[in-house]
Amino acid sequence: MKTELMSANYAAARSVISARVEVVAAYPITPATTVPEQIALLNEDGFYTGQFIRVESEHSAIFACIGASSTGARAFTATSSNGLLLMDEGLHWAAAARLPIVINNINRSVSPSWNIHVTHDDSYSKRDTGWIQFYVSSVDELYHTIIQSFKLAEDERVLMPVMINSDGFVLSHTLSSFDYLEPEEVDKFLPPYSPPHWIMDPANPVSHGNIVFPEYYQEFRYMMHEGTQNALKVYEEVEKDYKNLFGKYFGGPIDCYKCDDAEVVFTSQGSIAAEAKDAVDELRDEGYRVGNARVRMIRPFPVDKIRELGSHVKGFASFDRGVSYGFGGPVANDIRASMYHTKYRPMIKSYIGGLGGRDMTVTDIKEVIKDTYKAVESGDLGPEETWHDLME
Amino acid sequence: MPKTSYSKPMVGATGETGSWRTFDPVVDYDECNRCRTCWLHCPEAVISLDEDGTPHTDYDYCKGCGICAQVCPKQCIEMVRTDERKRRTGEV
Amino acid sequence: MVATREMPLKEYVLKGNAACAGCQDMVALRHAHKALEGDVIQVVPACCTSVVQSLWPKSGLAIPVLNTAFMAAAATASGVKAALKAKGNDTTMVMVWAGDGGTFDIGIQALSGALERRTDFLYICYNNQVYSNTGTQRSGATPLHAQTTTTWRGKTEPEKMIDLIVSAHEPVYQFTANTAYPRDLYDKFKKALEYPGPKFGHIFLPCPQAWNYPVEQGVEIGKLAVETGYWIQWERIGEEFILGRESKRFQDPEKRKPVDEFLKMQGRFSHLFKPKRDEKKINEFEDFIQHRWDVIMRAFT
Repeated sequence: MKTELMSANYAAARSVISARVEVVAAYPITPATTVPEQIALLNEDGFYTGQFIRVESEHSAIFACIGASSTGARAFTATSSNGLLLMDEGLHWAAAARLPIVINNINRSVSPSWNIHVTHDDSYSKRDTGWIQFYVSSVDELYHTIIQSFKLAEDERVLMPVMINSDGFVLSHTLSSFDYLEPEEVDKFLPPYSPPHWIMDPANPVSHGNIVFPEYYQEFRYMMHEGTQNALKVYEEVEKDYKNLFGKYFGGPIDCYKCDDAEVVFTSQGSIAAEAKDAVDELRDEGYRVGNARVRMIRPFPVDKIRELGSHVKGFASFDRGVSYGFGGPVANDIRASMYHTKYRPMIKSYIGGLGGRDMTVTDIKEVIKDTYKAVESGDLGPEETWHDLME
Repeated sequence: MPKTSYSKPMVGATGETGSWRTFDPVVDYDECNRCRTCWLHCPEAVISLDEDGTPHTDYDYCKGCGICAQVCPKQCIEMVRTDERKRRTGEV
Repeated sequence: MVATREMPLKEYVLKGNAACAGCQDMVALRHAHKALEGDVIQVVPACCTSVVQSLWPKSGLAIPVLNTAFMAAAATASGVKAALKAKGNDTTMVMVWAGDGGTFDIGIQALSGALERRTDFLYICYNNQVYSNTGTQRSGATPLHAQTTTTWRGKTEPEKMIDLIVSAHEPVYQFTANTAYPRDLYDKFKKALEYPGPKFGHIFLPCPQAWNYPVEQGVEIGKLAVETGYWIQWERIGEEFILGRESKRFQDPEKRKPVDEFLKMQGRFSHLFKPKRDEKKINEFEDFIQHRWDVIMRAFT
């Protein structure tokens, strides 16, 4: 292990070396572009020895990954925003074909209006594809979560693809230190991918994906659901191994900070969640009993963890950097749904903001947390949903 | 059930498709010159050949398209009703 | 040309599959795989070939088949090829088997990309000139005046000359074939094995359902397409153009059979003869035949 200073995108490019990815297929889109650029350079200079396919679209990128994974290769791609949307068909395909492909989606606003900065709408809109979804807050976390994700995706109990989301520019283009692992070190953690069920092999011909009638289709879908749900349990094991081998631990599906005695917890995804730690510290200094629950995984949704938190906090200030148009904050809604069948009734206030890369500072986050704190203290919920910093 | 829908190759994947047939090809072996043209053009791969090229149709699967009869240079394949075919081949 | 008795008896198309009676796609598949002899991974986008395999958990094709999305065949094949390379396998043929819709229309971008990347694979377009799998809607390969379920009174444009688009990518080997000539088709697949790099085969394939002709006449119709000059059999090895021996004599318009013979066999053109012969439209069809000859010969010779 050695410490390097790089942007998240460059670190993601390094992860394909560490994880011995066999096939990368990618297409340029800001802000993901520097991932394939770096992989190309590493490939041309002989550091990345796998195959890099310079495809002509994101749709082709995901389907090249599907072809590679179906032939037993470990496959990776990176994209953003409209690129992820163009992949949509392939996202559903990869999940149903149970192919453990890993994507680094660098969150970017969806057009129009043209905007290359972070909004989580791109990946939020892919929640129902079957992909496991992580949101990370640092360069180091991104790099290691990519490596962990191959182990998670390739586990026979899971066999579902994984999307790791990192905020455009805030992470993708910002230099930070991370601990790089040589592939020989990662070998101890991640064995070569060996497809447990089917593979394209002339010596043992099978046909994948032909017609399934209503008699069986539903059962295949149920098994996808099981696979994604199993990811919660399997990820615990993955993290444990990783911690033992490399001393790295990022906090499970929800990374809690000062939540044990908190009256109000702030939940968020991505880089804001790192910022929120400082907000919590400052508020603690000001006498507020608040905590930071950094939601790292939104699919499968960590329902049990939310229920555990909800059993002892009085309020959630749930912040979404994206919208389900017509129904508000996606994670806020999942938190509400998770609590419904429990006896606990914490206030769950939804905040939406930071869209199009609008800055969310410590001051902004403090304002959001205090708003929920006030509601909890007064017993008056106030608005269920608030768009933070919305101009009149 | 497997986790995803992969299929294994087998004869009769769609059942005994011979039931789709209305007319059966019957070869007049006295006329047949073992040229294999019927075998060449059969879309269903239901014609097997003896070493000398004598063609045999698998009636369990032949869909009765009649292409073999159409392409036969000797015009020695005739499309007939099943009972007629069985009568000619001595099955009944 | 290979003699029929020299062709392998082993079948990769298994009897009792879900293809329609008389399906010419199965003729093409049979002889393609006889030539390739099993060391192949076949990528199939949405098309008739995705259906003829039959229902899960059974397959009527004794080869590895990766079914993929409509517009993604060539991209998927690129991934398969890359995976084989990553694993040190440089011998297994990666072959796309796509219909005309998946090639001319929705799949053309991925095809162009894979050719431009010089992907070592064989892309086959089996062309029955219509979206037959969805109930015979017009495609970019549907001929002028052909009736389909989205051109009820006949298509108003001739087909796209896909071969010229493909040739602009300079594949190492390119051919046209026709299921009425299976031995020629077999030879062309054998030849495809010899050239590493991007290869493209375009197979003319009559469809009894979509073209509305008597099911036993698939071979006659294929031959008439050549004998009327409508379909041209040729190969191109790099820059070298070889006019197929079946087509050679029909370069001369005088030697061609009347196009009526080809058109009259097919229900999709029946409106050209009812209530009486539509001189204008049939002339337009004939003009396109000559136009295609002119363009092909001008471009390639």
